[in-house]
Amino acid sequence: MKEITYEKIVEEVKAMCMESNYNLGEDVYSAFKQALQTERSETGKEVLTQLIDNADIAKAERVPMCQDTGTAVFMVDVGQDCHIVGGRLVDAINEGVEKGYGEGYLRNSMVYNPMNRKNTGNNTPAIVHIDLVEGEELTLHMTAKGGGAENMSALKMLKPSDGMEGVKAYILSIVREAGPNACPPLVVGIGIGGNFERCAFLAKKSLFRPLGVRHEDPAVAELELELMEQINRLGIGPQGMGGSTTALDVKVELESCHIAALPVAVNLNCHASRHQTIVLK
Amino acid sequence: MQKKINLPLSEADIQSLKAGDRVLLSGVVYTARDAAHKRMVEQEKEGTPLPVELAGQVLYYTGPTPAKPGEVIGSAGPTTSGRMDLYTPALLEKGLKGMVGKGYRSQEVIDSMLKHKAVYFGAVGGAAALIARSIKKAEIVAYEDLGTEAIRKLTIEDFPVFVINDIHGGDIYKDGVAKYKQ
Repeated sequence: MKEITYEKIVEEVKAMCMESNYNLGEDVYSAFKQALQTERSETGKEVLTQLIDNADIAKAERVPMCQDTGTAVFMVDVGQDCHIVGGRLVDAINEGVEKGYGEGYLRNSMVYNPMNRKNTGNNTPAIVHIDLVEGEELTLHMTAKGGGAENMSALKMLKPSDGMEGVKAYILSIVREAGPNACPPLVVGIGIGGNFERCAFLAKKSLFRPLGVRHEDPAVAELELELMEQINRLGIGPQGMGGSTTALDVKVELESCHIAALPVAVNLNCHASRHQTIVLK
Repeated sequence: MQKKINLPLSEADIQSLKAGDRVLLSGVVYTARDAAHKRMVEQEKEGTPLPVELAGQVLYYTGPTPAKPGEVIGSAGPTTSGRMDLYTPALLEKGLKGMVGKGYRSQEVIDSMLKHKAVYFGAVGGAAALIARSIKKAEIVAYEDLGTEAIRKLTIEDFPVFVINDIHGGDIYKDGVAKYKQ
């Protein structure tokens, strides 16, 4: 059986925290360049230019691209034939986050609880979702999720009679309401189906798929493209000051649901869409 | 077109600024976000003087990352201004003349800005490493215990912003979106 050590996980998580905050993903960087070609508003173009310059500076100087270095969110696929030795997986992740945020000069943005609002001082706890999968690999997906876009996210239990038209109208209403607050151009993550908590999870999960990569089901892929077109017609534009680039991409994940239910969750991501994946073998 | 403005804002500057203008700000701004606002307004209610004189000044809503050794400040982009809305009218009453942040303001804040002739600027959310380059000096002047949320006095040079709300009723979030909506 494959063994993966606690220390190895700590080191990898530490590196992911830093890299996600210093290096804008290639997929996102290309999307900025593409948007700069198509954006109709001069103000919008100026915003995109600043974002490209900002990404270049952050990468070259190894400084955070945004002062909100986020909540560290992990989706971990644990191969059922892999054995983690030396300590608990979640402890290793938290230790990696503490080291990554501390040694990487990243901001500590977590409070102990919403009642006392005291900062934990090391950006832990991370939010960790674990899934048991086939094989002997350990796959860590990480996002440093900023507060601005997360605050404008929403979930609603629609009625089956609302149908897909109701789903689309709801998604557009959330993006419209978010306006400049969620730091557009956005990546819009959508969960449809499941139940109350699963739907929100699906929306978050969709954000880990690289920009430009469509859902494997052609019908869902078509829905993603249709929503993207409708969102970009809203006119919100870069930073909400008007323009033709409101979403860099739209991601949809869907699952089975109850005969009485039609849950929809919209998890907005800012333009940085910081996500990283590593596979430990 | 890009304007250059030296802070504090003069009455003529405030009159001339229009929603959508690109502006480079130079001079002094004070940082404050959620926790500092809460404390300032609580102190104000108790009758304790504010730790900084805000009359005529500009507030910047940010919570920077820690500065690396030898650096003036870490990355320091704008945070969402709407979270400060509850506290803002009280500060505008005290003579605050400008705010730099990102995102919508409440109608109450917009009305109060019109009444007290104050301007709301937007910096590009997420351009924090770029923005940090225009911050030449940073010192904590109050509420050090709040860490990233402490009040800092920043000396800035050509700090890039857009005018979001001007004193003539202009609002680039409304006007800009109306122009590009299909």
